Amino acid sequence: MTAVLSARKLNKRFGAVVAADDLSLDIAAGQKVSLIGANGAGKTTFVNLATGYLKPDSGSIALDGTDIGRRSPRSVARLGISRSFQIPQLFVDLTAVENLAVAIAGARSEALSLRAPAEAGGRREQAVEFLDRFGLAGQADRPIFELAGGVRKLVDIAMALARRPKLLLLDEPTSGVSAEEKFATMDRVIHAVAPDAATIVFVEHDMEIVSRYADRVVAFYSGRIIADGAPGSVLGDPDVRRYVTGGLR
Amino acid sequence: MQRRFHPLVLIVPVIAAALLGRLLPTWTLSLATVAASNALVALGIVILARTGNVSFGQGLFFAAGGYGVALVANASGLTDAVAQMLIGGIASGLLGLLIGPLIARYSGIFFGMLTLALSMVFYGALLKSSALGGSDGFNVGRPTLFGMVFADPREADFMLYAVAVATTGLAGIAAAILFRSEFGLVSLAVRENNLRVEYLGLSANRVIAVNFAIAATFAGASGAFALMAQRHIDPQFAYWTTSGEFVFIAVLAGYQSVAAVYVASLALELVRSFSNLYLPNTWQLVLGIFLLAVILFLPRGIGSLWAGSARKSAEPAAATPAADGGGVP
Repeated sequence: MTAVLSARKLNKRFGAVVAADDLSLDIAAGQKVSLIGANGAGKTTFVNLATGYLKPDSGSIALDGTDIGRRSPRSVARLGISRSFQIPQLFVDLTAVENLAVAIAGARSEALSLRAPAEAGGRREQAVEFLDRFGLAGQADRPIFELAGGVRKLVDIAMALARRPKLLLLDEPTSGVSAEEKFATMDRVIHAVAPDAATIVFVEHDMEIVSRYADRVVAFYSGRIIADGAPGSVLGDPDVRRYVTGGLR
Repeated sequence: MQRRFHPLVLIVPVIAAALLGRLLPTWTLSLATVAASNALVALGIVILARTGNVSFGQGLFFAAGGYGVALVANASGLTDAVAQMLIGGIASGLLGLLIGPLIARYSGIFFGMLTLALSMVFYGALLKSSALGGSDGFNVGRPTLFGMVFADPREADFMLYAVAVATTGLAGIAAAILFRSEFGLVSLAVRENNLRVEYLGLSANRVIAVNFAIAATFAGASGAFALMAQRHIDPQFAYWTTSGEFVFIAVLAGYQSVAAVYVASLALELVRSFSNLYLPNTWQLVLGIFLLAVILFLPRGIGSLWAGSARKSAEPAAATPAADGGGVP
């Protein structure tokens, strides 16, 4: 399969802390890849390197063959990588549909209109359609600050999806969601993103979520990849049991 | 995104307000002209504040517009009020386009202090420039309108009032259209979380720079009105107290409503005029108490009286996205 994202010998240090240590990783089109690892293992650093928030000290990272290592988050987003956040990054004073309208404005290639109302030209309908995929159409006109944490999480993911990205990075999509709701939430996320984002990378600490939804698991430890493969084999790996899941279960 | 009336219907009250000058007592005309002119600058500050940035140096553009018009008027003999307003707006708008992209990289207090610093540099340059009259400034001729000369002071005052009110009103309509536009919505998003805006593929700096240029244009047009009203210009136009007064109006108004800017500007002029009349030695005290009262009872400005109920903000969360430990990323 063709690699959508290709990282080669990525290195990133924060003082004495090695967050990425000669990291090489290919993400193929259509995969659902879960990144696992203890806190500080380098998962979020990898996401930040892949989205332009951090620049690598050395090495390269490419999206569909285009180097993105030195690009800004805006430029990377325009090339086709979107992300959601562990703690939702929303415009809390705006309504859910307005948050989506901003995301949709970012997804269009033309300049922002100084004249046309934000909800005109089918933009509201499009925004509501994205919310509806996550079962949130009824919350469309409520300001974000009134919404529960789990709902905010879904709005955050819906915004990342608005670009119809080639690669969608989800940072802990079920964190903050109750144990009873985590599978329902993840089912909803996977179902909602399926039509637009065939390739998904999600950082996850919950191994039940990982084994149920990922078709490939990459385990991080001290900025290195210690295991990479099918969920069954990675989660059964002795190093993963020792350094990752042992501390998580 | 609730359905509202189209801002263009406001042309009717704008025309009515301009014609109202015929009925107003003479002494109120110059007060209302100053209030409308100041409201134009404050409107620009409010537009910019919607991106989360406050300019403490709009005096720069106010003065640039005024001096630009004064120089053109003295060099060419141009006296037409509308042409002067347009020249002031365009001159400052171009200056804003030049400065905006550079200053948009900064935010918060750094943004505010940089604007203040630039205005004071301009003030200093004007003060030292003998070609521009130094600290004394220089005079310009009486404004005309489409070839009509107004020898009667009452008629001249009414003409300037009508042009100022019409211009400020039309600027308000343009601002109302801007506020509900896609660009206006993204401006609010920039205010709340500019990094997330970047992650969505939009340039937060470009949004700030465009708003900055619009604010500069309004300040330049206002500078032209101040010049026409006084028929004199001096470096005081760029001084920090002048900029502070515009910020004062913007704080009184809040950022949610265009109409609030006019109410705030008029309220300020009325409080200043009456307190100056009845309490000549302590009028600044009255003004300060008035501002304190507004901040205390209407922390989101006068506009929150009618525009804020639908959007009671979770302001602390909006201002500090990382407050719960979740700053991007």
